Amino acid sequence: MNPLVLWFHKLGSPPYFYSFAGRWIPWLYGIALVAAAFGFYGALFTAPADYQQGDSFRIMYVHVPCAWMGLFAYLFMAVNGFIALVWRIKLSETLAMASAPIGAAFTFITLVTGSLWGKPTWGTWWTWDARLTSELVLLFLYFGVIGLYHAIEDRRQAARAAAFLALIGVVNLPIVHYSVIWWNTLHQGQTVSLIGPSKIAPSMLWPLLTLAIATHMYFFASLFARARVALLELESGKEWVRALLPVTETSHD
Amino acid sequence: MKPGTTSSACIALLRRDLLLVWRRRGDALNPLLFAIIVVALFPLALGPETTVLARIAAGTIFVAVLLAMLLSLDALFRSDLEDGSLEQLVVSPHPLALLIGCKIFIHWLTTALPLIVIAPLLAQLLQLPSQVLPVLMIALALATPLLSLIGAVCVALTVGMRRSGMLLTLLVLPLIVPALIFGAGACNAAQDGFAYSAPLLWLAAWLVLSIIIAPLAAAAALKISLS
Amino acid sequence: MHESADEPRALLQAQSLCFARNDEVIFGPLDFSLHAGETVLIEGDNGSGKTTLLKVLSGLLDPTSGDVLLHGAPLTLAKLSHQVALLGHLPGLKLELSALENLRFATGMGGIRPGITPHLALASVGLEGYEDAPLRTLSAGQRKRVALARLLLVPAALWLLDEPYANLDRSGIDLVNRLLDHHARRGGAALITSHGAYAFTSGTPRRIALKASA
Repeated sequence: MNPLVLWFHKLGSPPYFYSFAGRWIPWLYGIALVAAAFGFYGALFTAPADYQQGDSFRIMYVHVPCAWMGLFAYLFMAVNGFIALVWRIKLSETLAMASAPIGAAFTFITLVTGSLWGKPTWGTWWTWDARLTSELVLLFLYFGVIGLYHAIEDRRQAARAAAFLALIGVVNLPIVHYSVIWWNTLHQGQTVSLIGPSKIAPSMLWPLLTLAIATHMYFFASLFARARVALLELESGKEWVRALLPVTETSHD
Repeated sequence: MKPGTTSSACIALLRRDLLLVWRRRGDALNPLLFAIIVVALFPLALGPETTVLARIAAGTIFVAVLLAMLLSLDALFRSDLEDGSLEQLVVSPHPLALLIGCKIFIHWLTTALPLIVIAPLLAQLLQLPSQVLPVLMIALALATPLLSLIGAVCVALTVGMRRSGMLLTLLVLPLIVPALIFGAGACNAAQDGFAYSAPLLWLAAWLVLSIIIAPLAAAAALKISLS
Repeated sequence: MHESADEPRALLQAQSLCFARNDEVIFGPLDFSLHAGETVLIEGDNGSGKTTLLKVLSGLLDPTSGDVLLHGAPLTLAKLSHQVALLGHLPGLKLELSALENLRFATGMGGIRPGITPHLALASVGLEGYEDAPLRTLSAGQRKRVALARLLLVPAALWLLDEPYANLDRSGIDLVNRLLDHHARRGGAALITSHGAYAFTSGTPRRIALKASA
């Protein structure tokens, strides 16, 4: 078998993932911290103030990476949900459900920072502009997935049902997005694009990208930590989990 | 031996569910009363000024109809689960998605269609301009089946739960946002004298997609819930 | 028939059938076959997986491993040929409808055997005169009899009956045994669960014992 495929197969086994994730978590947190430090330095000190919005635009450096992560976490959840439903891989169920609260938190931060930015820019804490409204619907979708997951007694059945809901959400998300855009086309045009020529100055762009790296690293670190705990709970009766316990506790039976 | 065909199975299911609604026809009136009461609350809260009411009429009627349907959605599979009929449906040799499609159709026919029929009354209560009424009727006719279809998938996911009412609302409402936006938006556009066909066509396209996908998705969701 | 004489093809065959929920084995691995004309009793204590086994055999649940073959074909395909009738813990009847309306729905869904009508089926389970009474007004035992009448109507060769004797009086138990006999004699087969409280009146059926997993 192809070594990459083999590695994925190995990764799918809970004990291997448990130790693999355990080794990576400190590195991921470390990279996230360093990247965040660099990014915030660039965002707060080297990037010039916006000629229209002044210093208030700097909240974009939190707002935009979090908005990206809100969507990224949802896609990550949906892809893992799909794998969990089709191939019934336990690790994918765990990863999908572990990413839901993190994505919801990022989406929530996006809404709060968007609202903070709205006060000096639009003069009000909340406007029903297209992107904020889409983010709000996204947050509700997250709440639906999390609510369904916690409402079902059987952990694995709950994960499959919630993963299914996440998939329906993915089909629906573009429709929501376009309906909201049609409904309200007031928002300023997109200013940042990773693919096409960017409309913002390089000195303003690099902190943004650095912070995007930081949020991604934080996402995976947090995801791994959550998934490790969830796997321990799910596999509590298994041999490999017992082996992790201190020897004094296992010698009773 | 004479095995039952799929079409006779669908007819039998449609007949049985219609008969059940007829035997409990008192319950079937509840969504209508709910929608009328909700709509009647708005003038009481906002005052009887014709211009204010006419401005919010279409949106209010839409929200009232969606909420009324949502309340009745919870019961879509509940009695079938409780008396074992749902097991019989799943075990039956016919495609489950088709049978669920029949049940969704009955839900639409017995809750949404009466709501659409009384929509002119609701429109009158809120002083909706008469030229907007046809747009409202068309928009409701396109948006209500969407709620039945998407709602059925969510009900299938929550079918085993004892108290699923609030959760069901949480699952369905975000998914149904576009139906509300396009439906009520088309009415508002018509009221302001703008073109309103684009949002209606969007609704129609989404409806066609949902008619194909939603029964299959509901069948898959039901399998997950019953496992 | 072209099948070899030494091994006639079984109506139902389970091959190392196993069902686990969340890595916890509910039953299995099980190997057994059921031939036409046979009635087999599944025995086991509460929690030994009797109901789960019937659900797997009827296609409600997917087995974790192993296969179920109906007439030698995998279950999902064989399901198309209207082979299985399931009578679960819940009768699957609507209390708002009459006995006759419930049976008409069942025949619409599953088809009907030649030479029998819903009226005749109700008469043969001892419910003559109750055809048009809403099921709500009947007793639990009478509802069970309506569910048994459904088995008579629907053209399924394999009956999967979960606790068929529950809620029945002496004559009702006799009725179940007579129906099983009749079904076996015309070439059908039945798999029934019981926690052992009821004995068969005629003959000793083959038994499959399930042990509760620790």
